[in-house]
Amino acid sequence: MDKKKNVFTIIAETRIIHILLSILLGFAVGAFFLLIMGLDVGAAYGRLISSVTSVKGFSYVVVYSIPYIMTGLSVAFSFRTGIFNIGSEGQFVMGSMAAACIGILLGQLPSAILIPLCFLGAMVVGAVWGIIVGFLKNKWGINEVLSMIMFNWIAFYLSNFIAGIPAIHSDGTAEATKNISENASTLLSKELIADLGLCPTANWGILVALLMTIIAWLIIDKTTLGYRLKAVGFNKTAAEYGGINVSRSILTALAISGALAGLGGALQLMGMGSRISVFSSQEGYGFAGIVVALMGCSNPFGAFFAGIFYGALIYGGSKLNLVGAPTQLINVIVGTVVLFIAISVIFQRLKYVHINKKPKAAAVQSVKEGDDK
Amino acid sequence: MKKILALLLALCMVFALCACGSSEPAAEDAAPAEDAAAEAPAEEEAAPAEKVRIGMVTDVGGVNDQSFNQTSWEGLQALDPEVFEVNYLESKTDADYQTNINTFIDEGYDLIICVGYMLADATREAAEANPDQLFAIIDDSTIDLPNVACLMFAQEQASYLVGLVAGSVTESKVVGYVQGMVSDSMNLFGIGYITGVLEACPDAQILQYNVNNFGDIAGGSTAAKDMITKGADVIYHAAGGSGIGVISACDEEGIWAIGVDTDQASLAPDHVLTSAMKRVDVASQDISKAVAEGNFTAGVHMYDLSNGGVDLAPTRDHIPAEVLEVVEAAKTAIINGEKSVPTSVADCPQFTLAE
Repeated sequence: MDKKKNVFTIIAETRIIHILLSILLGFAVGAFFLLIMGLDVGAAYGRLISSVTSVKGFSYVVVYSIPYIMTGLSVAFSFRTGIFNIGSEGQFVMGSMAAACIGILLGQLPSAILIPLCFLGAMVVGAVWGIIVGFLKNKWGINEVLSMIMFNWIAFYLSNFIAGIPAIHSDGTAEATKNISENASTLLSKELIADLGLCPTANWGILVALLMTIIAWLIIDKTTLGYRLKAVGFNKTAAEYGGINVSRSILTALAISGALAGLGGALQLMGMGSRISVFSSQEGYGFAGIVVALMGCSNPFGAFFAGIFYGALIYGGSKLNLVGAPTQLINVIVGTVVLFIAISVIFQRLKYVHINKKPKAAAVQSVKEGDDK
Repeated sequence: MKKILALLLALCMVFALCACGSSEPAAEDAAPAEDAAAEAPAEEEAAPAEKVRIGMVTDVGGVNDQSFNQTSWEGLQALDPEVFEVNYLESKTDADYQTNINTFIDEGYDLIICVGYMLADATREAAEANPDQLFAIIDDSTIDLPNVACLMFAQEQASYLVGLVAGSVTESKVVGYVQGMVSDSMNLFGIGYITGVLEACPDAQILQYNVNNFGDIAGGSTAAKDMITKGADVIYHAAGGSGIGVISACDEEGIWAIGVDTDQASLAPDHVLTSAMKRVDVASQDISKAVAEGNFTAGVHMYDLSNGGVDLAPTRDHIPAEVLEVVEAAKTAIINGEKSVPTSVADCPQFTLAE
């Protein structure tokens, strides 16, 4: 057992270094491309840093990072329970639409009731969107990755359909929903924004995201529920042998994961968008969540900081045009970071096999662990 | 040691992969990026205050959408770099509009051009909050503020001209029309087109379809193929990205397609008859120059045939000479005010998508 613990600590310790190294290498590759294109690396990265370090810039970063933190949490939670929740995109969209419907149709209610109602509605709808997939998996053994990808598209078109319903659709020319009632908005007051010099969309959604991070961590690491979910993630058969109801655990894990993504949709809508446009392409918050979960080592707190980092890249990256660098640079950096993280996982496996020459069963478990992360 | 070697190898592979994967977009971006890079240092040496700074905010289509955003950006790039400093910010989601507009405001740009009616609400909000900042919005006329210029196009006139062409060249007397979304401004395309077709060929049958999406290439393609099986031999689209599917379907089946907004001949050189062009580039240049000369005027700026704001695309090689004569005659008649193209559904009962 000593040996085993040792290896896990190695993984836990090296992973953060690996992540940081991957990020560094991502920027190096980005710089390489800037050089090829004959652009000033210093100017581009300088702009990236300067646009996120001012008070206003950082408040933008925080606002931008809220949806990424939530989808990151959602995916991280699913990774820990042995499911690859690629469906957080759809859960996010559905949650956001649920909050929009509540925020538009029940706009007369006071904030104290309306806001929690929007959150609740979004979480329930997001959870349902996850549970359906879990049900298909349990009942007919349909691979959850496939059905989730399809459910992303169902959510996409359903959202467009709902946005077209006269009671929801904008009164003006915009191809979007009406704006949600001001009572449902999580924006900080205008005076406070002006006093602190924040961005116009500054909102307190980040506090909810932080709270959810703590709750997700508590569930995973401090409760029997989390223990059960993780056990199913490590080894389904062993968990079943140990008396855990596997089907129910999968449903629970997907419901929690979906609720987190759905709440992310609500936070994004109520803090920043205040309406949902008729999509012409997927907005990609859920897919970004996979990147965030990877960068955050599938740890809720990791996902929180990775979400802020990702938000900073997205917000700072959008300014790159102003110094003549293409915004696609961010995609290059993020893609490279993910590649290197994947590579680092392989290295850890090699290391593990290297250290443990014979115990096969333990090796299998470690490979599983690698998968989950 | 082995590990380091392996890492290096992996790195090489990654670099090679990245290089293959993104060479195309990189090449595309290189040109504008270099332009901008070349401008930036020069601008720092000269007094920056002398340059007129124009910022453009795209809608979610992005700057390489082969349509509005791209044309408008190309127009801005063609401006004299001695006088203008131009830049764009791309919007990835609906929520980015406001952020991007605010970025340009914070950077102190002289004029912010918002491309597309999707930005109308964000533009109105920003214009109300910043009365000293000048804005221009393309394809929206709902903002009535002293600091906003609305650049509008007489799309029914351009559509009327391509309708004449379609009605003249059709042999099966069945023509198709694919629209991206039903709204008052989008309907103008259909009304103009149908009026033109019926004028050139009174007994023509016009198949109409609404994709209800500007980005659904597959949907556009399906709609076009359906029309082709029903006998259509010319199809006009006003459907943004979905129209790319229409054009490719026409290309596959070997019938004529008519493009919209920009000269879309490059999408299928053998089968794009012509395009109904909206000179978004001219409009963005005009308003930029107006700001530079200090005579910015708010309100609706209408671009139509008389000021060259809309027209047939320069690609007209496939159009028979006698048809072009008819088109030119109709154009002159409209410019002289002898003829007008209907703008309401009531005046064009054959247009059925609005129901």
